Amino acid sequence: MTTAWSGELSARLRGFREVQRLAYECAEAVAAQLRPGVTEREAARMQRAWLRERGVRDWFHLPFAWFGDRTAFVNFRVPLQFFPTDRRLEPGMPFILDMAPVLDGCTADIGYSGSLGANPVQERLMADLEAHRDLILREVRERRPLRTIYEDVDRLMVRQGYANRHRAYPFGVIAHKVDRVKQRRFSPHLFGFGAQSLKGLASDALHGHREGWSPLWSPYRFSDHPPRPGLWAVEPHLGFRGTGAKFEEILVVTDSGDPEESAFWLDDDLPHVRRWAKEM
Amino acid sequence: MLKGARERRVRTGGIELCVAELGDAGQPTVVLVHGYPDSKEVWSEVAGRLAEHFHVVLYDVRGHGRSTAPKPLRGGFTLEKLTDDFLAVIDAVSPGRPVHLVGHDWGSVQSWEFVTVARTEGRIASFTSMSGPCLDHFGHWIDQRLRKPTPRRVGQLLGQGAKSWYVYALHTPVLPELAWRGPLGKRWPRILERVEKVPGGDYPTSSLPQDAAHGAWLYRDNVRARLRHPRPDAHAHAPVQLITPLDDAFLSERLYDDLDRWVPRLTRRTLPAKHWIPRTRPDQLTAWITEFVRSVEDGRPEPVKPTGKYADRFGGQLVLVTGAGSGIGRATAFAFAEAGARVIAVDRDAESAARTAELSRLIGAPEAWPETVDVSDEQAMEKLADKVATQYGVLDVLVNNAGIGLGGSFFDTTPEDWKKVLDVNLWGVIHGCRLFGRQMAERGQGGHIVNTASAAAYQPSKALPAYSTSKAAVLMLSECLRAELAGRGIGVSAICPGFVNTNITSTARFAGVDAEEEKRRQKRTARLYGLRNYPPEKVADAIRRAVVRNQAVVPVTPEARGAHLMSRFTPRALRAIARLEPPL
Repeated sequence: MTTAWSGELSARLRGFREVQRLAYECAEAVAAQLRPGVTEREAARMQRAWLRERGVRDWFHLPFAWFGDRTAFVNFRVPLQFFPTDRRLEPGMPFILDMAPVLDGCTADIGYSGSLGANPVQERLMADLEAHRDLILREVRERRPLRTIYEDVDRLMVRQGYANRHRAYPFGVIAHKVDRVKQRRFSPHLFGFGAQSLKGLASDALHGHREGWSPLWSPYRFSDHPPRPGLWAVEPHLGFRGTGAKFEEILVVTDSGDPEESAFWLDDDLPHVRRWAKEM
Repeated sequence: MLKGARERRVRTGGIELCVAELGDAGQPTVVLVHGYPDSKEVWSEVAGRLAEHFHVVLYDVRGHGRSTAPKPLRGGFTLEKLTDDFLAVIDAVSPGRPVHLVGHDWGSVQSWEFVTVARTEGRIASFTSMSGPCLDHFGHWIDQRLRKPTPRRVGQLLGQGAKSWYVYALHTPVLPELAWRGPLGKRWPRILERVEKVPGGDYPTSSLPQDAAHGAWLYRDNVRARLRHPRPDAHAHAPVQLITPLDDAFLSERLYDDLDRWVPRLTRRTLPAKHWIPRTRPDQLTAWITEFVRSVEDGRPEPVKPTGKYADRFGGQLVLVTGAGSGIGRATAFAFAEAGARVIAVDRDAESAARTAELSRLIGAPEAWPETVDVSDEQAMEKLADKVATQYGVLDVLVNNAGIGLGGSFFDTTPEDWKKVLDVNLWGVIHGCRLFGRQMAERGQGGHIVNTASAAAYQPSKALPAYSTSKAAVLMLSECLRAELAGRGIGVSAICPGFVNTNITSTARFAGVDAEEEKRRQKRTARLYGLRNYPPEKVADAIRRAVVRNQAVVPVTPEARGAHLMSRFTPRALRAIARLEPPL
């Protein structure tokens, strides 16, 4: 899909696209190094080191890695369970790498699913995610309320035979807003989230609360509003009997009247999109 | 006696064995060894079925059937001598090729000896054991429990000790022989039929009193010696498939708890049946033996790995689920698929049935087929039953799950509404039970029927008169059918889920309101059920468990269990709840 947008917008988006590409490169590089016996902690550390070497100092959230049935968030009750554990990777196991680096003030938030060797269930899930990417873009362009889109995605998952696993995320979000963050010398993080990014999210939440929108795209009433212009990190997450798969990438929403320009994916040259194109 | 069998006599160690062969001698050889008090004819049902694919060999153990007895009897039945016999038989029938061994009862006990001694190494390709432990393993099992007697271990010892009463009885001199040649021998067929549910007919054979009298020496020559001094190196040198009947009156399933220690390549199977499974469950045994022998012959000596819970129970079984295109039905199909069952996914929506079948194959079902049928359509169901019987076989588990929702006051519910909801919810179940239940009953080898009722079956509500009526009928139908089919080894369970997050809410009809209001209410209930968020997978697990434990009525979800308790102890409170207006 080619989209024309104004030069100014394009310049502002370039930084975001670059860091998103960098993050996906990191995911592919780390995924290629995964071997049986590697733990989630080690995989998370590998992502962190890879990105630090390339200049990343701040994070929207620190890298996550989930192996085996943790990809489907089986028995997740408290948010602490999202953090990497000592679970070891075994042949055929599915895995998900999720990271959100900030580079030059631009944030990326990506999710990369794969498996160590062949895993037919995981492959099937990945193939079925394509329909969700199309559905979300189509309905955002139709300016449907976010809550309705959420429910439509839910319905599609159920029809496909899967469980909605993004429901396990804090507030059950399928997406959240990301924005530029200020570059500071110190970039502390709180429960795995960058302080600057949290600040941005909190200020959005405050403004949104006054104006009737929310930076969190959830199944709840506070998301009952049309898509808000900005950058949304969208992360539909499918689960099927102990195997999970997701992608996460940035959706650009503008206030343009032209449907093509009103919403588009920041980048169409990503591993999962290339994969679907190859399968066609 | 055995139809189409080629018989020969094999001489060994001063006796003569009667050996029968069936099937194409070019195929892999399967040797069937009978137990006590039996002769090779105990295998007649299984042998005939196996002969379609394999070269099947049966022989009468020394002193049984038409084989001659050693003289003197004492000391003539030791496991060493039985191993000599076995080697003589396989030298005669399959000289160059290892054989697949199958043993039941004492046939299994001696086969354990064959498969754990060095001199048969390379002669046995695989061993399927049923209802007969290795005496050496048994000895170690007792020994371990005596050495560290925890309460549980003592319980296990006492349990098996009580089940072994006949072993002690057989050690008394002369009396067992007198009993078998006298009244017991005469009454044995009746006892088998009544207590063990073994179908009558040409089994047991007329040689029974003689077999049973001679066979007492199997126990006297081996049991005490082996239990007192079990061999320390009784490791199996071939892959073993262990088939455990769960209702065996003579052997506890706990006996096999430590078996992995002795058998590196072990596949476990369980079966809800009594001791004489070669007579009562020939189809299932044939399927499991065929699959196991094939997997070994194809060079996969690795055990068939259980893919999910209860894989030992449902592996290779045929399961049909109606309403399998969504919700509880789909989750149930997946749950059985994960346990290795072959799944038939029935739904009125072709696409979603196909999807269920496809995903079932991905997660462990060896085979899965979609079928597009409306369960309320009598003729379509009859056609389905014929098709299933001819193409896939007789069902082992039937799940009548398809159902629709209907809300609204009684006076707003039109006769058409009533007809529709009863057609699907009640008649769908009746057709399923009638057609597939009959096939199960006629086969006479057990099975299980699960009907999805609802908590609404015992929780009255002014908002759901038609739906609750239909589900109450399903519950009572299940209970009646359970009583009727109990004698045939077929279990019936009614599952009563409460509020489960499925799309029954978005397809439910609401009587007495216009289309727009109906849409709003569907959305509202869907949202409420979504907030409740009880996953259908948990109901599916309950269904699988209900089959394994043969439970009669299973309320699922806390509210369903609560209402079930209230319906028994505080029915008036339940009636008060029935008057509440639901928040729609």
